[in-house]
Amino acid sequence: MKLVYFAWVRERVGRAEEEIVPPGSVKTVAELMTWLKGRGDEYAYAFEQSKAIRAAIDRNHVKPDAAIAGAREIAFFPPMTGG
Amino acid sequence: MSTKVSLQHEDFDVAVETAALSRGRTDVGAIVTFAGICRGAESGEPIAALTLEHYPGMAEAEIVRHVEEAKRRWPLLGVTVIHRYGRIAPGENIVLVLTASSHREAAFAAAEFLMDYLKTKAPFWKQVERASGKTWIEAREADDIAAARWQNPGTREAAE
Repeated sequence: MKLVYFAWVRERVGRAEEEIVPPGSVKTVAELMTWLKGRGDEYAYAFEQSKAIRAAIDRNHVKPDAAIAGAREIAFFPPMTGG
Repeated sequence: MSTKVSLQHEDFDVAVETAALSRGRTDVGAIVTFAGICRGAESGEPIAALTLEHYPGMAEAEIVRHVEEAKRRWPLLGVTVIHRYGRIAPGENIVLVLTASSHREAAFAAAEFLMDYLKTKAPFWKQVERASGKTWIEAREADDIAAARWQNPGTREAAE
């Protein structure tokens, strides 16, 4: 699946997007964030306050307990500040 | 019912967009115009510019979805939403929300609904540029509280 990052999440991870294949045991958005934290210092830093990070699956807002099965694109970003 | 949603870097002309909503028709009795403009200071400190990042694939679809929701809730005759992205200098336009209706109540309520939504749920992020460096603006709790009042589906009856 494709991961995309925005704002300070993107800056901390150090890239705007990437393709990943998480293990089958990773079933929810919250579990995906926990798994990403283990991928390196930049991920640990980006996701250290994972409760503050919002997510979207295939361009729809989702909660941390949302299932990631079948997702094509998962986005992680800070609370939005548009308008 | 005319609907226009645009995400663009280019500036927009408020008067031109407003006139377009009532041109050639006589059923529009009210147009509410909200223009969001880049301030020259943030938290009391002068800024050089704002940079707006957005999620291109999601932002437009999300805004369209909420315009459709506004049309379901209020008797609107036209809606225009223009949101700029990229680097924006103090004094420049950021966002435009226009709502047209026969009477003012629906137009005011729908404009507030759309702005409250754009502030809290549309995938945009503002970064402040100062001489000392760049920082991301933090979300305001007051914006979440303002947006939460629209969650009651009884809003339409109350607003009319």
